[in-house]
Amino acid sequence: MAQYRTCPRTGLQFDLAADKLMRWNAVAGVLWLLVGGITALLVILTRWPAIKLLPADQFYLILTVHGVDMLIFWIIFFEIAVLYFASSTLLRCRLATPKVAWAAFWLMVVGSIMANVAIFQGESSVMFTSYVPMMAAPHFYLGIILFAVGALIGCGVFFGTLVVAKRDKTYTGSVPLVTFGALTAAIIAVFTILAGAGILLPTLLWSVGLIKEVDAQLYRMVWWALGHSSQQINVAAHVSIWYLTAAVIFGAKPLSEKVSRFAFLLYILFLQLASAHHLLSDPGMSAEWKVLNTSYFMYFAVMASMIHGFTVPGAIEAAQRQKGLTNGLFEWLRKAPWGNPVFSGMFISLVSFGFLGGISGVVLGTEQINMLMHNTFYVPGHFHTTVVTGTTLAFMAITYLLVPTLFRREMMFPKLCQIQPYLYGISMSVLGLVMMGAGTLGVSRRHWDMAFSGAPFQYEWPGAAYLMMGLTGIFGVIAVIGGGLWIFLVVWSLLFGKQLDGGPVSDKPTPIPDQSLAAHASGTGSHDHVSVPGTVVLAMTLLVCFILYYFVNWKYLSEVWGLS
Amino acid sequence: MSAILPPSDRLWWKTPISSQEWVWIGIAFVWGMTMFVMMIYWHINGKQNLSNEVYKTTTEMFTAKTEAFVKENTIRTETEQQIPVAKPNAKGEAFLLARLWAWYPILELEAGKTYKIHLSAVDYNHGFSLQPTNINIQVVPGYEHVVKMTPTKAGTYSIVCNEYCGIGHHTMLGRIYVK
Repeated sequence: MAQYRTCPRTGLQFDLAADKLMRWNAVAGVLWLLVGGITALLVILTRWPAIKLLPADQFYLILTVHGVDMLIFWIIFFEIAVLYFASSTLLRCRLATPKVAWAAFWLMVVGSIMANVAIFQGESSVMFTSYVPMMAAPHFYLGIILFAVGALIGCGVFFGTLVVAKRDKTYTGSVPLVTFGALTAAIIAVFTILAGAGILLPTLLWSVGLIKEVDAQLYRMVWWALGHSSQQINVAAHVSIWYLTAAVIFGAKPLSEKVSRFAFLLYILFLQLASAHHLLSDPGMSAEWKVLNTSYFMYFAVMASMIHGFTVPGAIEAAQRQKGLTNGLFEWLRKAPWGNPVFSGMFISLVSFGFLGGISGVVLGTEQINMLMHNTFYVPGHFHTTVVTGTTLAFMAITYLLVPTLFRREMMFPKLCQIQPYLYGISMSVLGLVMMGAGTLGVSRRHWDMAFSGAPFQYEWPGAAYLMMGLTGIFGVIAVIGGGLWIFLVVWSLLFGKQLDGGPVSDKPTPIPDQSLAAHASGTGSHDHVSVPGTVVLAMTLLVCFILYYFVNWKYLSEVWGLS
Repeated sequence: MSAILPPSDRLWWKTPISSQEWVWIGIAFVWGMTMFVMMIYWHINGKQNLSNEVYKTTTEMFTAKTEAFVKENTIRTETEQQIPVAKPNAKGEAFLLARLWAWYPILELEAGKTYKIHLSAVDYNHGFSLQPTNINIQVVPGYEHVVKMTPTKAGTYSIVCNEYCGIGHHTMLGRIYVK
């Protein structure tokens, strides 16, 4: 029999079984973030030309750990917690099959440990991407497969919970927008994981000698249907968290349910084509295939992100203006709670993802322009402003809310909590920028030595490239401190923070009151649109930056050797 | 009332969209289409497009072809390792082989002339990163990519390997001379 508690501070209702699962999944994620963070520091200190800490073999090993633990284990553990929250908590129902959810959790734990053991044993320094024919130890692939199966089961529990809520009638009408966004994330996760199984299973068989060969180009194509699409799960998840934050902090209502949901739907329809833009400079695909797929089918998924980039701040602006903050263009933003890390983290995430990650991603993903940046340091520069300042920062920010409500502990050191999103978000954004700067000058990613010691020739990178790499070192270290501070604050608060009342426990869930009745009673129809001029100005600024940067890169491209 | 509750208007799909949202959706759509057309435009009028000419190959086949090319076109050798410098004949066909951890051979080209460079890897994935002009192409084993290149300026160019290929990755530096 499921039991429920209602958090006295937020009014959120938790199924106790889901409550525990969310906490364990989140904690497992944070532990992998810790490993990822320590390895991040080692990577940074090695790529900083003035320091060059590790020898080559250890560098590639540590870089593999950093990629795998951050991009897969940290993020997906946390996302499973988000899925359980968006279903059982927001819909106020019991979690479907908690036992199966625990099986999923343990599979993920075993898988993630197995893959890490394989890498640390030294025979699997194949990077996150593990391109064949470079071979890792079989338990590297097996670990990732087990983890993926666990995550897939987790998605199944999420879908089951949606069915439970519908059947038990714990809500009326449609699911909330945040749950809808989480649903898109879970749907993308399903086909992402299936694509991953499609390539990693044969690769596992190849690594134990049962299959003679896995085609190198085919591997790259199918693997990226896992590798990039899994980042699209993150986008759908962190956009949902932006809406969640706007709702919790401001009581913000989406400008239009229809527009926001349609934008999420575009993600499902077109994001899976993302694998293509890792193959723009590959031999095996035709230009027509590249043009159609790279654009995520004619940029409809980009349009979706541009829509969210407008409607999230728009919803906040509308809520603030309705509270009377109507002076000028930006009073709503100036008087936002900048001292609240939930908000500041979310807003830095939004701006950095849009201006840095979004623009650089589209430019990088343009068929011909890709040849200027493919496999350069620009690529990790780009994804540190999407997956890190976008997703990870959004997850960090929401944790400041989850610690009191989910873990029932008060956050300690509130002053440090206030500065952490700024420290981390800003240093990581600058890090992304200088990495992209180095990449624009041609510096390679995944490369141990800019001086090419031991090579038969010499090549001297331009001085500016060394400057950019030095700045990468400095801002990288600051970012690691910012991330470490977050881990410290969260772990310390979980261990020693003041225990908070979890709220009364009951056997029965309290359904969500019928919204349409409330709306009807208050008599404020939903047809009154609030004008959001500040958001329009922000969006136009983004567009101008986007257009300028896009065409500057065509100009760069026109100056290189002729290619046909 | 908010994004964490069911929509207050049960028929939310019938609520009209405000004009400011319509305008932004329109702008995003037009900009997306512009970017889409730009790629096609560049295929028609641009001078930097990656070749579509690709053949399946094998390690033995590509090595043999490259050796034949080197034998026929070598004009001198360089460095202690006696790396051959090959100058493609009038037809402009050249072979460039990527392996652990070298680009083979060194090519000598002329500015303004167009060459068909056959590019492939015989072991792992490698990355052709031509510096300082900055052109980056993935080199995949099993695939022979015929890239047409027209050097613009005389000089000494380096080929950095920018796809991770193991412990000696950072020593994998090749060379192209443009006269």
